[in-house]
Amino acid sequence: MTMNERKFRSAGKLLGTTLLAAGLFAAPQAAFADGYKIGVVEQQLANPFFGKLQAAAVQRAKELGLTTMTAESTVAGDAASQVNGIENMINQGVKGIVLDPGSASALVPIVKKARAAGIIVVTTNTSLEPPTAADASYETDNFAAGVLIGQWAKAKIGANPRVTLIDYDLSDKTSKARHDGFLKGFGLTETSKEIAGTALTQANVDGGQQAMENLIAAHPDINVAYTINEPAAQGAALAAKRAGKKVVFTSIDGSCSGVRSVVDGTIGATVMQFPSNMGRLAVDAIDKAVKTGEKPSGINNSGTVLITDQPVAGIESKDSKWGLANCWGE
Amino acid sequence: MNSSPNVGPDLTGGGASAPREEGWRQAVAIAVAQPVAGPLFALVVIKAVFSLTTTTFLNVGNLSLIFQQSVVIGTLALGQTLIILVAGIDLACAAIMVLATVVIGSVATEGNVALAFVLGAVACVAVAAINGIAVTRFRLPPFIATLGMLTIITAGARLYTNSRSYPISSDWLMLMGSGPASGLVTFSYGSMLWIGLTFLLSYALTQTAWGTHVYAVGSSPSAARLNGIYVDRVIFSVYALAGVFYFLAAWQALGRTPIADPSGYQAANLDSITAVVIGGSSLFGGRGGVAGTFVGTLIVTVLKNGLTQAGIDSLYQQIGTGILVILAVGWDQYFRSGRKA
Amino acid sequence: MSDKRIVMQGIGLSKRFGHVVAMDHADFELASGEIMAVVGDNGAGKSTLIRVLSGASVPDEGKVFLDGEEVHFRSPLEARLVGIETVYQELAVATEMDVAQNLFLGRELRKPGWAGRWFRQLDKAEMRAQAAEHMQALGIRIQSIRQKVETLSGGQRQAVAVARASAWGRKVVILDEPTAALGVRETRQVLDLILRVRDHGLAVVLICHNMPDVFEIADRIHIHRLGRRATVVDPKVVKPNQVVAIMTGALDAASVPSALLAPVAA
Ligand SMILES: Nc1ncnc2c1ncn2[C@@H]1O[C@H](COP(=O)(O)OP(=O)(O)OP(=O)(O)O)[C@@H](O)[C@H]1O
Ligand SMILES: [Mg+2]
Repeated sequence: MTMNERKFRSAGKLLGTTLLAAGLFAAPQAAFADGYKIGVVEQQLANPFFGKLQAAAVQRAKELGLTTMTAESTVAGDAASQVNGIENMINQGVKGIVLDPGSASALVPIVKKARAAGIIVVTTNTSLEPPTAADASYETDNFAAGVLIGQWAKAKIGANPRVTLIDYDLSDKTSKARHDGFLKGFGLTETSKEIAGTALTQANVDGGQQAMENLIAAHPDINVAYTINEPAAQGAALAAKRAGKKVVFTSIDGSCSGVRSVVDGTIGATVMQFPSNMGRLAVDAIDKAVKTGEKPSGINNSGTVLITDQPVAGIESKDSKWGLANCWGE
Repeated sequence: MNSSPNVGPDLTGGGASAPREEGWRQAVAIAVAQPVAGPLFALVVIKAVFSLTTTTFLNVGNLSLIFQQSVVIGTLALGQTLIILVAGIDLACAAIMVLATVVIGSVATEGNVALAFVLGAVACVAVAAINGIAVTRFRLPPFIATLGMLTIITAGARLYTNSRSYPISSDWLMLMGSGPASGLVTFSYGSMLWIGLTFLLSYALTQTAWGTHVYAVGSSPSAARLNGIYVDRVIFSVYALAGVFYFLAAWQALGRTPIADPSGYQAANLDSITAVVIGGSSLFGGRGGVAGTFVGTLIVTVLKNGLTQAGIDSLYQQIGTGILVILAVGWDQYFRSGRKA
Repeated sequence: MSDKRIVMQGIGLSKRFGHVVAMDHADFELASGEIMAVVGDNGAGKSTLIRVLSGASVPDEGKVFLDGEEVHFRSPLEARLVGIETVYQELAVATEMDVAQNLFLGRELRKPGWAGRWFRQLDKAEMRAQAAEHMQALGIRIQSIRQKVETLSGGQRQAVAVARASAWGRKVVILDEPTAALGVRETRQVLDLILRVRDHGLAVVLICHNMPDVFEIADRIHIHRLGRRATVVDPKVVKPNQVVAIMTGALDAASVPSALLAPVAA
């Protein structure tokens, strides 16, 4: 047992050292840069999507000669840490805040307070409820992304489609927008006969696999699948392969792992999101507002590109090679 | 109850009940004494309903599928059963398993499968043992200790992997997903392992002194201590052994889904508890067993499988599972309070 | 009494729980083959005394001797290993387990041969047979040896605890109010059992609030008052009302003849 304890202790030490080092590096950065200060509030950085977004925002701020302060939530949906972070930023007198809200509603009051203090607040990735609670938003148009794969799938499959939708909790805004977009693009409604079955998953590999296994067992004729994200698509594709079924899979995200699945044919088409665009555009908007007084507004699409190696006529797309060069995460 | 002269008075708390009532009481007594009878009955009912409402539910291919889908949760639930028997709970069991899968995946990607396998085992048992130390040495309530571990391990696995997932290609690591198959029916090594472990653990719990002590500690730690049982040692052994089960579950998970995904199996932490509770083990400790857990696991999977196939919204699946949990715990409470009063 | 040898002795034992002084420099002695009754008001510290003697608690101060040698029990198991068995006031039975399992708890029998050696298999049949035999010998009536203890009445549970202690005791059997919940018939059986245990040569410590019972079976009576021993008396010499008077402080302990064997510590 002593070995385990020692391991545990040295892990603690390592963590301590890391935190200390992070503190040391953070402090001088704030001290040396001139120009004004902005805040970047992200969701949990363990997720590479959020990591990429934050890094892009900080990088852009540096290019513009601004100082940054960062804060992030610890787990999914953790708005409290973000509220604390924004309070600190207000106290520190930032001129603008880039916010990736962990909750559409819980952050509205603090954002109101920040704006009342004259701070420009721009949301990224997803907007507040109502979106006008912030000055502007830069995010993926998930509905448009869904439409893209819906159209592609319809063109690809031709006659007699048997569709399945592998969702994540549909009360989630993003999840619902993708789902609805796909149906729209495919020309379906919730009650269309072409839909063989649907399932809710945790948007991960094993969830996608189990859902698809059950769906195929009940509906062996399924030939098109919408999936909430690429891990779910990978799991679902595994289930189809094991059952010996040929199913066309579509997904949304554009992670590098997902694009590799496009390369090997597991996923037919996916739509790439651009977290670095979101960060960059948000910082630019704040800078413009501070320098010129011209405030940003509305929900702005940060970009959606269909990635597939099986292009269909009339739908703009890029191939997987381009995808690999522009993807996020590992 | 016959009143042979050798029997002391007042054992049943009112021996003057009508014969028919007696039969009912006996049935209840059997259900209480054999915690597996109730869950088994529930399983049969659920299966019957699904086989009537969907055409595909009862075909052999689907039954085989249900089995495959149960293996990982089932093996996790074996470890969970042990912990619940000593009145503990492990909210982090699947997270610990996922940690092992990503450790295995990352090290195997570098090329050393044997090392990956060993490190995965070490990670599982070490983390589970830390839970054991927290509960025994530092007297943390198991709920708190494992809740903390859940957040640490979940975040740790993501940091460790930078949230990437690792495709698995080694045959050894995928072994648990293969096995003799004929047509749609596969009897995977993973399911064999699950069944084997269930028997093994059942033997250890019912046929060895250690098993008796696990029940004694769960039933009444102070009585166990006064009877000379090293309570903390038993509890620690339970947590550490659960870690072994989590590791084997990780191996099964890689066989089933050859992608080590740090965000995988989020629902399995609670699903394993659900399986144990529906299987008739008492959250208060000291009562239950792995046979019930085996059936409980099948119920959890059957509900997901059958309701998805019947085209019922998955939210109803969750409601259905929730109702079963409440019924199972309510049943346990009812009989406890009934007998103590 | 001159042939009696002291098997167990406690000197200057103290135990505090926060501000509560449960035991305040208490002394104790027990001679071989005797029944020593311990009497005292509620909260006098009787249970605290026997918990210290049996290893269930560790004293803050004082020494415990067994056969003249100082012992430091850190757990009830250590006391049991040298032949001291205890029935605690809270009984210490595992309610979810059956009677046979309780009798053998912590000392389970393994099957002879390879099944026990290699597979560590318990010999349940043998344990049940021995348990049934033992219960029968004690005249304790329960329906089945496989009955869970939680289905037994309070008195029956007490009987199980007493049976366990008497089955395993080799030197000293300590009983903390073993008849408190028992009916007349069952109390009689336990008293007879205690006498039989004594006749087997074991020393018995019996905590009991019932004076007639105490006077019937005790060889000596240890009177506990305010966390310490007031005195030890001989029931053949001292009357019950005198014992009660000493317990309550109405009578000075020095006014009755002491039955102590060992010289009183300073
Ligand atoms: N674990 C404990 N924590 C705090 N106080 C305690 C504890 N155990 C005993 N005491 C206190 O010590 C004193 C003696 O208690 P003890 O149980 O030894 O009395 P007793 O003589 O056995 O009484 P009774 O006849 O009611 O069983 C009481 O005041 C009791 O409240
Ligand atoms: Mg007492």
